[in-house]
Amino acid sequence: MSEQGPALSVHDLSVRFTAREGDVTAVNGVSFDLARGEVLGILGESGSGKSVTLRALIGLLPPRRTVIGGTIAFDGRDMAADQTTRLAELRGRKIAMIFQEPMLALDPVFTIGDQIAEAIVRHEAVSWAAAWARAQELLELVQIPSAARRLRNYPHEMSGGMRQRAMIALALSCRPEVLLADEPTTALDVTVQIQIVLLLRALQRELGMAVIFVTHDVGVAVEIADRLAVMYSGRIVEAGTTAEVIAAPKHPYTAGLLGSSVRHARKGVPLRTIPGLPPDLRRLPPGCSFAPRCGHMAMACQQTMPALTALPDGHLSRCRRVVEEGLDPR
Amino acid sequence: MWAFALRRLLHTIPILFGVSLIVFLLVQLMPGDAADILIPPEAPPDVRAALRAAFGLDQPVYVQYALWLRRLMVGDLGVSIFTNQPVASELFSALGNTLLLALPAALLGFSLGVALGMLAAFNRGRWPDRLFSAIAIAGVSLPHYWVGIVLVAVFAVILNWLPAQGMGAGGVPTSWAQIQHLILPVATLSLIPMGVVSRLVRANVLETLSQEFVATLHAKGLRPARVLLHVTRNAAPAALALMGLQLGYLIGGSILVETVFNWPGSGGLMNLAIFRRDVPVLSATILVLAAIFVMINLLVDILQAVIDPRIRR
Repeated sequence: MSEQGPALSVHDLSVRFTAREGDVTAVNGVSFDLARGEVLGILGESGSGKSVTLRALIGLLPPRRTVIGGTIAFDGRDMAADQTTRLAELRGRKIAMIFQEPMLALDPVFTIGDQIAEAIVRHEAVSWAAAWARAQELLELVQIPSAARRLRNYPHEMSGGMRQRAMIALALSCRPEVLLADEPTTALDVTVQIQIVLLLRALQRELGMAVIFVTHDVGVAVEIADRLAVMYSGRIVEAGTTAEVIAAPKHPYTAGLLGSSVRHARKGVPLRTIPGLPPDLRRLPPGCSFAPRCGHMAMACQQTMPALTALPDGHLSRCRRVVEEGLDPR
Repeated sequence: MWAFALRRLLHTIPILFGVSLIVFLLVQLMPGDAADILIPPEAPPDVRAALRAAFGLDQPVYVQYALWLRRLMVGDLGVSIFTNQPVASELFSALGNTLLLALPAALLGFSLGVALGMLAAFNRGRWPDRLFSAIAIAGVSLPHYWVGIVLVAVFAVILNWLPAQGMGAGGVPTSWAQIQHLILPVATLSLIPMGVVSRLVRANVLETLSQEFVATLHAKGLRPARVLLHVTRNAAPAALALMGLQLGYLIGGSILVETVFNWPGSGGLMNLAIFRRDVPVLSATILVLAAIFVMINLLVDILQAVIDPRIRR
């Protein structure tokens, strides 16, 4: 396929978990394009469906309890999102993933070197010795000191930041075109968070990968993403370039998220919080799912779910009042 | 790793010492002594005293213990009060007979247990899980002497395919006729290890599968066989610990199964020694079995540390 098309194109992705107590639709009609070499940040609270979206993209959801709908076009090749067998061919090779808690995401009883080398051996016709040498280069690439020695370490013998670097090295082992990052900085110390974000940003530019970076931390998202998509209760409610979304949010939920960020808070000025709690996904309100918590809510908001609509500048918003009335949600 | 193994090996010395003390004291707790069994109650007191002196039973308890320990150090397990034979020959013949059953039973029980447990875990909630879980629970719950009797009734009495009891010629089996004698008792003894191992393996594999690193393995695109290797290695240490204990129990012998199949093993030897108040046989048997138990667990500990590096500390 051509080099011009998007690296990944997701259309109308939905994920429904089936359970005895009733089905839960965790992701509902998510569509986006990921350009080559672009970093898309997905911002949202826990339960907004951002991690589930990532796991659906790489086919990690339990097939027996999940119903996946929509299409995913990878490299221009269209496939139904539920075709996990076809996704499996791409996993680890074209598309890779890094996880939130590297201590849990690495196998505790295999060395780092083995865990990286086995991925290389799986996808490329190389010997273990060659794969092991590549693993060492990868550890050097993610700036782990004394890489040769570290290859023989088990995950518990490393620090949290080092483990996350090793996790990144593992994900990069077969030079993926798309990297999925599921809150990779959340479990780390603040100083280490910054190092990991900077490292990922540098590697992304150097290798020209497209990255989807999921986080609930506005500060981290701003640091790394070219574009932002904000998710709320399984839907994208706003999307635009990072600069636009931060400077002029076009959805009351985004405005609330930015307003409640600790980062720009000053002593004596109370933080603004979003009142209420995210809705129960089993009992979503008929209208806009953010309406019950929204300070700008009108009667019409409670009747139908507004569509994700493009504003004249290309910025997308799912707020009826912003789209129709030109409301500034801040 | 070697340091861990050596340290663990040295730990067994105080353990064995403690075991010897407990064995000695337990046997002392038993009411009556050899003199009560060997001579009638109305025997004259001086005969009784002479007999007790001959066996050293008139000495203070701590002297008896010290003497026993000193003989053990040079490998002397003593002489049976009842048969006047060296304890070692009786003990090792019985132990050999028991091993003849215990080792194949362990091999069969463990391999079936691991296979059924894994199949159940990977098919959680579907029919293989229900079937294998039912088999496992039946294996643990049915009294095994009863299963032994049923097996004899079916395969020996009704079908007449296999011998009902006894060892045949004995020793390590070299002919089909000798192997035939092993089949029913081995099958009976393997039921409990099979049941408990399969339950534990199922639970452990399910627990491992729920861990986040399994998602990473899939995200790397590994083949199912390679994922299985990771899961097995993570689930193995706990299963090995259980297998070590089960093997220890099997080598201890089962008086019930030995009785059903008329198999002269270590369970029967111990039972006989208790009834005869044959203190040298009893204490030597318990001590040797306990030492085997300790050694099996030492081996399991080292094996676990080889598999899981987090244990080596």
